[in-house]
Amino acid sequence: MPPDRLELLQGTLDLMVLQTLAGMGPLHGYGIARRIEQVSGEQVLLNQGTIYASLVRLQQRGWIRAEWGISDNNRKAKFYAITRQGRKQLAQDTAYWRRLTDVMGRVLAEGEEP
Amino acid sequence: MIAWLRQLYLRAAAGFRRAELDTDLDSEIASHLDAAIADNLRRGMTQEEARRQALVRFGPVARAAERHREARGLPALDVLRQDLRFTLRTLRRDRAFACVVVLVLALGVSANVAVFSVIDTLLLRPLPYRAPDRLVWLATNGGEGGLSEQTYTVSAFEEFRRYNQSFQDVTSYQTFFNSIQYKLTGRGEPLPVVGVQVAENFFPLLGVGPYVGRLFTPDECRKGGRAAALLSYPFWQRQFGGDPNIVGRAITIQAAPADITGPVTVVGVLPPTFDFGTVFSPGMQVDFFVPAYMDFWRTWGNTLALLGRLKPGVSLAQAQAESDILFPRLKAAHREWWEDYKSTLSGLQERVSGRLRRSLYVLWCAVGLILLIVCINVSNLLLARAMSRGKEFAMRTAIGATRGRLVRQLLTESLALTGAGALLGLAIAWGLTFYLARQSLITLPLLATVRLDSAALAWTVLIAIAVGTVFGLVPGLKLAGGNLHDALKDGGPGMSQGRRHERLRSTLVVSEVAMACVLLVGAGLLLRSFLRLLDVDLGFRPANVAAIPIEFDDGKNMARRGAVLQEILQHVRTLPGIESAGLTDMLPLDRNRSWGLVAKENVNDRSQPHGAFVYVVSPGYLETMGMRLIAGRDLSWHDGPDAQHAIVINEAAARREWPGQDPIGRPAYGPGRGEARVVGVIADVRESSLEDRASVQMYIPLTQFQPEGTELVVRTRLPIAAIEPAVLSTLRSLNPGQPHTQFRAIQQIVDHAVSPRRFLVLLVSSFAAFGLLLASLGIYGVISYSVTRQAQEIGIRMALGASAGRVQLGVIGQTLRLTLIGLVIGGAVSFAVARAIASLLFGTRPADPLIFAAMVSLLAVVALLAGHIPARRAARIDPIAVLRGQ
Repeated sequence: MPPDRLELLQGTLDLMVLQTLAGMGPLHGYGIARRIEQVSGEQVLLNQGTIYASLVRLQQRGWIRAEWGISDNNRKAKFYAITRQGRKQLAQDTAYWRRLTDVMGRVLAEGEEP
Repeated sequence: MIAWLRQLYLRAAAGFRRAELDTDLDSEIASHLDAAIADNLRRGMTQEEARRQALVRFGPVARAAERHREARGLPALDVLRQDLRFTLRTLRRDRAFACVVVLVLALGVSANVAVFSVIDTLLLRPLPYRAPDRLVWLATNGGEGGLSEQTYTVSAFEEFRRYNQSFQDVTSYQTFFNSIQYKLTGRGEPLPVVGVQVAENFFPLLGVGPYVGRLFTPDECRKGGRAAALLSYPFWQRQFGGDPNIVGRAITIQAAPADITGPVTVVGVLPPTFDFGTVFSPGMQVDFFVPAYMDFWRTWGNTLALLGRLKPGVSLAQAQAESDILFPRLKAAHREWWEDYKSTLSGLQERVSGRLRRSLYVLWCAVGLILLIVCINVSNLLLARAMSRGKEFAMRTAIGATRGRLVRQLLTESLALTGAGALLGLAIAWGLTFYLARQSLITLPLLATVRLDSAALAWTVLIAIAVGTVFGLVPGLKLAGGNLHDALKDGGPGMSQGRRHERLRSTLVVSEVAMACVLLVGAGLLLRSFLRLLDVDLGFRPANVAAIPIEFDDGKNMARRGAVLQEILQHVRTLPGIESAGLTDMLPLDRNRSWGLVAKENVNDRSQPHGAFVYVVSPGYLETMGMRLIAGRDLSWHDGPDAQHAIVINEAAARREWPGQDPIGRPAYGPGRGEARVVGVIADVRESSLEDRASVQMYIPLTQFQPEGTELVVRTRLPIAAIEPAVLSTLRSLNPGQPHTQFRAIQQIVDHAVSPRRFLVLLVSSFAAFGLLLASLGIYGVISYSVTRQAQEIGIRMALGASAGRVQLGVIGQTLRLTLIGLVIGGAVSFAVARAIASLLFGTRPADPLIFAAMVSLLAVVALLAGHIPARRAARIDPIAVLRGQ
């Protein structure tokens, strides 16, 4: 396990979950957690259990919906899917993040130049 | 906004689906771990390693679940629910304590809300008319004396209406509505109904519109115009089942002695909010309204009550100033006017509730005092409870509860208690107001409209929250401020914390005793006033006398009237159980009218008023009522239409017109044209109220003057219900048109007259009794706690030789000390309070020593009784058991 994993910033997990669901279609909690870990190149420090607080929050906001189903290995699991409202939110948040990281990048680069 | 609300709803709802959601989460976590283990196995881990890795990657399961719960619900709500559940559990253990607190609070709150509702209705809420603060009541003679002395003639009304500059308009109604007996006929038995004649602009001026139909047209208000009537809402509901088609239909009304008889068209129904009786004639239910034909009343005396609506920007004082100038000027222009109508103007609201203001404020103070005592009591109880739980809280602090959490728990507890108390109190108050609004026997204006309104509701919530917060915080802060170590130790003998608490509680009890003392003395003074009032010499004996309105047919022939009435009386007198019978047109303490009465030699003396109440009566009436003839004779049937006018006067009349002389046989002017001769003098009869001295009265024979309605008065040994059928059938046999009327006990009329005072006395006395109970409860609580606390000390003292009697005496001495301090303070305050309510007393001095002594000793005795119970317990303490317990 790499020792220097990233601590997640407040709210970033929600965005990751939305993006994962938008890209992968319906997934269960473990699937989402694994996917995030894989995509981040195992760089994210994620207690997989924390994903459930995020999932219930997104659900209450109406951005994802959940229903019980059967997983690949034939077990009962709760599957989450992004809603239309969720996609809208994802687009907004993504644009916001792009702008923020862009600005942060430029601001931090400024200090390095001279 | 909607999304936010939806989220709030979901979060709040989550709190109620806790078990379901938790199960769901548990199975979800289980399936997560399963999937992770399967994944790890696929990657070639051993079963054990796969499971360990899955758990490590998942992180702490409990923490994940906790964060899930926080995210989905409202953490504050969860804590609240936890606190509430805990509260219920602890209170269930302390059931007696919870019941006492809730009950005490409920009684205090309900009394407050009910009284506030009454005060709100009578004093604070504007009258149910358009811009009621612009409505002004006009009365002559300073609003004193009989109706005839406060009212106006048609001419005075019309002239003032025409020439004044202060009012947008002035209207009037006919005040002698009680004297006009209406019957609704053509619908079964003739039904006596109550009608009021009003001027054309009466309803428009008040701003009252029709509920159904329309108001009167000018044509309908003209003598000879189409007869029209407006129904009151309750009458419409009762008699016509609320049928909207009643409008335009004719009903048949017979009226005596006024002008409307025959079919009358119903043109409309007044709204349910309009209740003439509550404002203008408390205790009366009006069934319908008809126009007052000014041309009919023009030839009569003072019969109209005036009220006006001020022009914008004109003040009451300006209107008064104008009336002071205008009326004398009008009088100068009208030589035929009998008086100058010097008028007193007052706001209508003031006129309706002004007289009651002081009583109601007293009531308000009394009930406020009760709430204060209730608060002190409950806080005392909560304090005692908090103290006994000192160790529990210390323990909870020791295992990690923060002080904030403890205070919060206490606050939740006290709010739950006060909330329950307030809720129960509100229910009781609702019942009380419902009951009060239906007390037609209490003649308080607007009482029928009393209801629990939003203001009262807000008041309760405010009281409950304030009380709950204060009681929750005081013990809470005390605990939170205390030292944990001390708290764990406290409860042992002689600990400073315990003593400090006790001093606080003693102070509370002393103030409770003082307040109860004030309440008791006030109630005692009012009660004594009331008893004095009941002892007043009425001038007649109301017991066993009853009256019933009758009708007779004399063909408008005065000569025949004597024979017809004599026949009725003869028949009635022979009925079983009837001791005597007589006739009158008006009863004392009921409706009245006044004319002038002046001795012949004083006829040019304008220095004093000449008003006198007039009663047109039959021979035998005075005797039947139990009025006492002091000199001369009763009227007789020989005082016929052709004989000289005979009058019986009361002592007040003799004093005014013939001071120091024998009035018998003296000539006087007053009733009718020409001279009348005084034939008898009776003892003064209280005719308007029990509290005021009797005014000048004269009794004149039915055979010489036209009565305004006739009441048959009988004195009987039997219950009224037993004689009513026989009397009614006798009346029917003599006059088939006799309506189905009912006997009224004269005692009931007297009760009616004292009902506002009875109302006040009853309420203040019950508050005082409640205060006494609470004070004794408070004393009991404090003394009892102190005995418990000192059990060891007492045990040791007894082991060292103190006798049981001595221990008991010590405890009683402690009680006595608290009580005495309270009584001294309370007594001093009572003196001041008694002086403040002096104007409400009747025949009782504010510093009545009897009442002070009685109430103070009552309080002392009750307090000692309350202290006696723990004292006996103290005396029975077994020293051995106590020493072992150590």
